[in-house]
Amino acid sequence: MLDDALQAEQASRQGFARRLAEFLGSRAGRGLVIAVPYLWLAVFFLLPFVIVFAISLSEAAIARPPFKLLEDLGYGLYQVTVNFGNYLFLLTDSLYAVAYLNSVKIAAISTVIALLIGYPMAYGIARSGPAWRNVLLLLIILPFWTSFLLRVYAWIGILRDNGLINNLLLGLGVIDQPLPLLYNDFSVYIGIVYSYLPFMVLPLYANLERLDPSLLEASADLGCRPWKTFLTVTLPLSLPGIVAGCLLVFIPAVGEFVIPALLGGPDTLMIGRVLWNEFFSNRDWPVASAVAIAMLVLLVVPIMIFQRYQMKQGERA
Amino acid sequence: MRRRSTFLLMAMCFGFAFLYGPILSLIVYSFNESRLVTVWGGFSTKWYGELLRDEQVLEAALLSLQIGVVTATAAVLLGTLAGLLLARFGRFRGRLLFSGMVSAPLVMPEVITGLSLLLLFVSAEELIGWPSGRGMDTITIAHITFCMAYVAVIVQSRLSSLDDSVEEAAMDLGARPAKVFLVITLPIIAPALISGWLLAFTLSLDDLVIASFVSGPGSSTLPMVIFSKVRLGVSPDINALATIIILIVTLFVVIAGVMMSRQEKARARDAQQALQAHD
Repeated sequence: MLDDALQAEQASRQGFARRLAEFLGSRAGRGLVIAVPYLWLAVFFLLPFVIVFAISLSEAAIARPPFKLLEDLGYGLYQVTVNFGNYLFLLTDSLYAVAYLNSVKIAAISTVIALLIGYPMAYGIARSGPAWRNVLLLLIILPFWTSFLLRVYAWIGILRDNGLINNLLLGLGVIDQPLPLLYNDFSVYIGIVYSYLPFMVLPLYANLERLDPSLLEASADLGCRPWKTFLTVTLPLSLPGIVAGCLLVFIPAVGEFVIPALLGGPDTLMIGRVLWNEFFSNRDWPVASAVAIAMLVLLVVPIMIFQRYQMKQGERA
Repeated sequence: MRRRSTFLLMAMCFGFAFLYGPILSLIVYSFNESRLVTVWGGFSTKWYGELLRDEQVLEAALLSLQIGVVTATAAVLLGTLAGLLLARFGRFRGRLLFSGMVSAPLVMPEVITGLSLLLLFVSAEELIGWPSGRGMDTITIAHITFCMAYVAVIVQSRLSSLDDSVEEAAMDLGARPAKVFLVITLPIIAPALISGWLLAFTLSLDDLVIASFVSGPGSSTLPMVIFSKVRLGVSPDINALATIIILIVTLFVVIAGVMMSRQEKARARDAQQALQAHD
């Protein structure tokens, strides 16, 4: 009798202990899964923006590091100096406004060209047979795995005055002197479209692949011409893919540094290059920070649209 | 209908030629005897020899490989947790902010990420004395941060496209969450983890802008060395380097692709056999 009671109590205690451990384990485990990546991104992605903003409000100083955020008043007192001078400087020197507008223009035009090239490719891949489809997709992704820097560099050899294209055209007698293909806006467009084309094709493909072919058949059965079916059925249905692809190209292209630095001319002003020079050549960290914050303000709406798409994508898939 | 498919075919041919023309030109000219890159001076492998004698390039390549391996491994660990969080944890406090922090690095211009991380490292050094100086450690942390976002997206999409009834069944049968993850979830998302690792590795190996901001004296990664060489003009040994990188990457991607499709087929076969046995 006593034994039974003891045993029952022990069993229930064991059960309780086990359940407690399980509860704690899963709670703690759950907490850990949430905390680790959350903290990492908060410290190394979010916090830096706060610091950039703070430093954009500081004064440049000849020191290490070259900015002055806290004024030492002695007696252990510090004064935070807030200085909007860097932003005023961005407004007064027309270089920055021109660079911003030019970056947006170049990124927008490149995005449209990439869409015009990428859409038929994505459509073609989505409509091909399953065996071919995987091979073609791999071929789209493969260049993305090889060095971006080296692929941009390859265009120097192709577009130079004595490069492949000019040599070919001269040899064929189409032109008498080399065309100025490199170190201007044209070569920057080529560089951006070329580097970001896979980013355009992949979301478009993901969207077009899901398109129900019976819709197109229905449209054809009802007497719609193929071109009209495309305009009234396919195109509107693929709009989410178009938006995602365009944002994936446009946003990074606005701040692009490598492509204008390697392929652009001295008068190809882009804001990423301006920021780089402000930081590495002029060593003016506060102005570089102000340039970065201004760029973020410019991009915040496209970035938020992209995030909404990304979230929906994650939930729907 | 026929006319449109010729149009599509032509568009695809043009697109792929556009993608692969420049890569082919790099490979072809890496075997060019002449220093003038666009004049064909006969077949030669001398630029490969020159490359292998270039201490600066070799040292930078070694540093980049080290950073790449550490980055990819850490990014897979953190990115898997992040992907799991987004796909399987439902709504939790701060989910919106978290999904924002995962997707923003995918499109954030590199100059902004680089500058902001550098300023973080400099401020942290002022305040808490860490990190003392910049170099391999700071580059690795910066790379992990943007690479884990890519891994998280890959893992999340793999998990979301996956029926969670198997996991639920295991849970109902009394398996603890940690065990369910190890025994059920992990094997299923393994291909996503492999491609995530490879992607993080190449992204890290390829990054010029962020590394330039957060590196210190004496720690030049391979892209930084390439960039300084390329800025001075076209040099044939860079073509040789590009060819080596392209060949290695292609080999890896093809092997990974074949392995994954085999695994996928094996799994489908197993499932079918299991069904037949059941009948």
